[in-house]
Amino acid sequence: MSTPKYDLLEIDGLQYKTQFTEKFINRKKWEKPDPGIVTTHIPGSIIEMYVKEGQEVKAGDLLCLLEAMKMHNKILAPISGSIAKIHVNKGDKLHKDALMFEIK
Amino acid sequence: MSLKRNVLDLRKRKEIVLQGGGEEAIKKQAAMGKLTARERIEAILDKDSFHEYDMFVEHQSKDFDMDKKVLHGDGVIIGTGTIYGEPVCIYAQDFTVAGGSLGLMHARKITKIMDHALKMRVPLIGINDSGGARIQEGVDSLAGYGEIFFRNTQASGVIPQLSVILGPCAGGAVYSPALTDFVFVVDNISKMFITGPEVVKTVLGEVVTMEELGGARVHSEISGNAHFFAHSEYECFEQIKKLLTFIPWSNQAKAKPFPSKPPRPEYKIEKIIPSDPTQPYDVRDIIRAVADDSDFLEIQQEFAKNIVVGFGRIDGETIGFVANQPSVLAGVLDCDSSDKAGRFIRFCDAFNIPIVTFEDMPGYLPGVEQEHMGVIRHGAKVLYAYSEATVPKITVILRKAYGGGYIAMNSRHLKADFMFAWPTAEIAVMGPEGAANIIFKKEIMAAENPEEMRKIKVAEYREKFANPYVAASKGYIDSVIEPEETRKILKHSIEVSSNKSVLTPAKKHGIPPF
Repeated sequence: MSTPKYDLLEIDGLQYKTQFTEKFINRKKWEKPDPGIVTTHIPGSIIEMYVKEGQEVKAGDLLCLLEAMKMHNKILAPISGSIAKIHVNKGDKLHKDALMFEIK
Repeated sequence: MSLKRNVLDLRKRKEIVLQGGGEEAIKKQAAMGKLTARERIEAILDKDSFHEYDMFVEHQSKDFDMDKKVLHGDGVIIGTGTIYGEPVCIYAQDFTVAGGSLGLMHARKITKIMDHALKMRVPLIGINDSGGARIQEGVDSLAGYGEIFFRNTQASGVIPQLSVILGPCAGGAVYSPALTDFVFVVDNISKMFITGPEVVKTVLGEVVTMEELGGARVHSEISGNAHFFAHSEYECFEQIKKLLTFIPWSNQAKAKPFPSKPPRPEYKIEKIIPSDPTQPYDVRDIIRAVADDSDFLEIQQEFAKNIVVGFGRIDGETIGFVANQPSVLAGVLDCDSSDKAGRFIRFCDAFNIPIVTFEDMPGYLPGVEQEHMGVIRHGAKVLYAYSEATVPKITVILRKAYGGGYIAMNSRHLKADFMFAWPTAEIAVMGPEGAANIIFKKEIMAAENPEEMRKIKVAEYREKFANPYVAASKGYIDSVIEPEETRKILKHSIEVSSNKSVLTPAKKHGIPPF
C-alpha cells in the first residue's frame, strides 16, 4: 500500500493531519453575489434581446428571452441602473451560470 | 407415444426461447465485454438451482409493426434459485432481446417475481441491462416502471433488495435501483443516468462521455448511488454472494450465525492508534481488530470516505459497523457522510442487525458550501436514524467526540444501549483550542503575553475536560475501557442485548429529513 498524501484541515482552532477527498478539493468557493450581475439560471439559447449597452433600465424590465427546456424564460433586470456591459448576442447557446448582463 | 411428442415439442419451444435475441445479438453482447442474462443468473446462483418462469410470455403490442416481431421472453428472464442453499428471487433483463427494452409484459414478469419475493420473504436480486422504455409501447412502458417502483417501495425494509447494473440503466429505469438497498456496478459496463450524453449535448451543450456522466466510478465515488464497485462481472457476483452471507432473508429473521473466529493477529489496536488526536490512522483497521477473522465488508468504500460503514461479525453474529474515518477529512460529518451513515443505520435497524459505532471526530465540516448544500438537514439524518433504531446500539469513543458530533454518533442521549470510551477519549463541546479561546478570552487578552497565556489555558482545559472521566462521572459513559478489551466487551454487550425490546409511540411512520 502506498502512503497517502496528507493535508491539514483546521476545525475549531485545531489542525488535523488528514486526506482531502476529490469532492472537497473541487468544491465551489463562495463569492459574495453582485446584485447587478445577471447570469443564466438554466442552460438555454437567447432568442430575443430587448436592451442595448448604456441603456437605463428599471428593476423588473425585460432584458432578453432565454429558451430553455422548451420554455421561453423572461430574463428581468434585478436592479435599476444602466446596462454597463452585455456579454451575449441573440442566438447564443449558453451554459448554466453564464454571464449575460452587468447593470450598474 | 403422444406424451413423448408433447415433451419433445415443449423442449423445442424452450430451445427457441433459450436463444434469447439470437446468435448475432449474443455475439454483440460478448463484444461489449458482457455476459448474457442467462450466464449471469447461472454465475450468481448455486449450480443447477435456477427455475425459470414466464418463459413463453410474449408482448401484445400491435402498433408500429410490433405484431410482426417476436421477442423471446419479452426481454427479461425471471425465476427462483438458491445461493449457498438459501432461496432467492431473481430477474435479469436480456439486452440481446430488443435491447432489454421494457414493455408491459416485460414489466409484468418483473413484478410477478417481485410479488413472489415479498410474499415468500426472500431477497430479490434484479439485474439491469436495458436500453430503457420500449417506445413502441408508449404509456404501457411507463406504467410498467411505475408498478416496479411501487413494489420496490412496498418491499423496502421487509426483504433485502439488490440491484445489479450490468449495462445501461437510463431514464426512469434508474429509480428502481435507487429505491433498493444495495446497488452493484462494474467498471466500464454499468451506465446509469436520467438523461444520456446525447440529450445533455443538444440541450445544454455539455460534451460528456457515458462513462463520465454515469459510469461505475462516478456512482461509486461522486454520486453515491452505488454501494459496490467491481472490475469484472465475476468479481461483482462474488460481492453479491458475500453480502448475502451477512444479511438476513427478511425483517422477520436474523442473519445466519457463523462459527466464531478470533481477529487476525496482525491487527493490534495499540499499534494502530496514535494518541495525538490530530494524527490520522485507518479506522477500518480498528474494525478489523475486533471483527471475527478481521473480515470486514465495506459498503460505499469510495463515497464519503470520511465515514466508514459495513458488515462484520463478532462471535459469529453479524454487526453493522459505523465509524468516523480520521484519515479522510479528519472524520468530520458532512452532507455526504451523513447521508451514507443514515441510510446504513436504517438498513441495520430494519433487518435486526446490531450497530457498533466507533467514534473519533472533531464535529461537522465548516464552510459556506456545506451550509448551502444543507448540512443541517443532511446531518439530521444521522440523529434521526440512530434515535429511531431499536436494534442493540453500542458506541465506543476512541478519541475525539466534540460538540454536535458527540451527540450525533449514537450517544447515550439518542438511547445507545452501551457507551464505552477508551482512556484516550476527549468528550467536550469543542476541541481544547477553540474552547479555551472562548472561555478564557478575557484572561488571554489581558495577559502581558497573550500567546503564552493562551497556551496555558488550552493546556488547563485539556487537562480538566479533554478526557472521558467528566462524562463518565455523569453516567453518560458506562465504562472507560482498555482498548485491547474492546472485542471482549462488545461481544458481551451484544449477548446481553439479544432480547432487547423497546416500545415506541404508535405512529403511521416518522418523517425523516430526507
